[in-house]
Amino acid sequence: MLCQECRKNEANIQIIKSVNGIQTEDFLCEHCARQKEELDFSFEPKFSLPKLFTSMLNQGVLGSRDSMHSAKTQCSSCGLSFAQFSQVGRLGCSECFNAFKKSLKPILRCIHASSTHTGKLPSRVRQRVKRLRDLDQLKEEMQVKVHNEEFEEAAYLRDRIRTMENEIQKNEIQKNELKGQVNDDESEKGD
Amino acid sequence: MKQVQYSLSRWMEGGGPEAEIVISSRVRAARNIKDYPFSCLAAEQETAMVLEKINDMVLNKDKFADFIYLPMEDISELVKQALVEKHLISPYLAYESSNGALLLRKDEAVSIMINEEDHLRIQAILPGLMLEEAWQDTGYYDDLLESELDYAFDEQYGYLTTCPTNVGTGLRASVMLHLPALIMTGQINRFLGALPQVGLTVRGLYGEGTEITGNLVQVSNQVTLGHSEEEIISNLASVISQLIEQEKNARQGMLDKKRAELTDKAWRALGILKYAQVIGSTEAVQLISDLRLGYDLGLIKAVDHRLLNELLVLIRPGCLQLLAGKELEHNERNLERPIQIKQALDRFREKNQ
Repeated sequence: MLCQECRKNEANIQIIKSVNGIQTEDFLCEHCARQKEELDFSFEPKFSLPKLFTSMLNQGVLGSRDSMHSAKTQCSSCGLSFAQFSQVGRLGCSECFNAFKKSLKPILRCIHASSTHTGKLPSRVRQRVKRLRDLDQLKEEMQVKVHNEEFEEAAYLRDRIRTMENEIQKNEIQKNELKGQVNDDESEKGD
Repeated sequence: MKQVQYSLSRWMEGGGPEAEIVISSRVRAARNIKDYPFSCLAAEQETAMVLEKINDMVLNKDKFADFIYLPMEDISELVKQALVEKHLISPYLAYESSNGALLLRKDEAVSIMINEEDHLRIQAILPGLMLEEAWQDTGYYDDLLESELDYAFDEQYGYLTTCPTNVGTGLRASVMLHLPALIMTGQINRFLGALPQVGLTVRGLYGEGTEITGNLVQVSNQVTLGHSEEEIISNLASVISQLIEQEKNARQGMLDKKRAELTDKAWRALGILKYAQVIGSTEAVQLISDLRLGYDLGLIKAVDHRLLNELLVLIRPGCLQLLAGKELEHNERNLERPIQIKQALDRFREKNQ
């Protein structure tokens, strides 16, 4: 076999790379392998969304193409279109996660263990997110109780859930009022 | 620039748990600031605003007093290349970023990259198997930065990043291993196939022979969403400890059968490194691997891990040219390489006499 780089010398070195579970093989001659001085230990995955789409379609993960956004769908904040995202495999801003939510979900599920974060929380949102996580858990527990026809306990859980939801709502309102005040102050400064 | 030129990074100093097999442990977290477009696709004035915002809170602060600040546009291509070769910055920050900058702790164990693909990449790299310590270091600076910055965070998706492969924890943990026995005996293939199934990725190269790779392999997590940071790290650590055990067994097997040959190989490697006049980087990496194996098996005592790690870095094109103080073509580098290797060996001998 001839070297894939120079296509002149006999390929006597095989380079196997396994990145993100995708194996690639290169056959090079000694000269080209040296020339490349390949010893790149950068640990960023070389992520190709088009490749992932193809493999997802083949594996039937995507269902049909209808479950994806149309190419023209745009992020209202940064203007990135779904077509651009599909090509570069990079999102433009936080808002893109909302704009392309429907398509991102299967993509993320395909790359990762699940589509819900369970790790570290920034201190600024820690309390709120923890409460929301607790709330979700209570709701699940309530469903189980209902299913098992343990209605008394289900009712008790329902009341706890209501109380918690009210508290969260109250906090939101307070926070928004605070934010409003700050904004008012700032606009006054502007005048 | 001199600091970057001559200093050894913390991981290069060697030591750390399992140092006879694990060269370094690296952890990095990807973070973005709320309401700013991600650096990767942002316009230049937008990345300039991000840089200014981060600088405002970091520069002249006591907690960052032991950091040096290196904007990419102010440093030479060679210095950038050397930083990449020492694993302190990513190739993206060095060559593709807009308004990219590095905050480097003076011991070169912690790098904070600004305007990488994401606004912030916080990285810690330590010698030996120290994943938890590296995560602690990363987490410490993450908390410090977060105390003054609003991060882009979503209740469901966690830390938001420009690339879907980093969403969630934004965490990449990786371990660099020297696995000559598993590679020489071909046992490594079993692992290469199995690792992706447990959410891990193997990088680094190995040829049919082992001549172009120096028997170095890097294993890192692939999954960042759905597992906590602690789970990611303990999952990686448990696979690494299996690899270490297998490598130790394979080494013992080789030692029992081929003690004389391995001793000879190590001494020959040292001989060539000392006296050769022309060396390519591939050959040098392989010689360093032979020498390291001999040292780790107790067959040769004329070197130590610190020297071996230093050699591994200084033979790379960027570091080599930086040490030589001039730009060199490929062929010139093959002449310069043995000179720098010999100087490092001499420095080591003088110090240990």
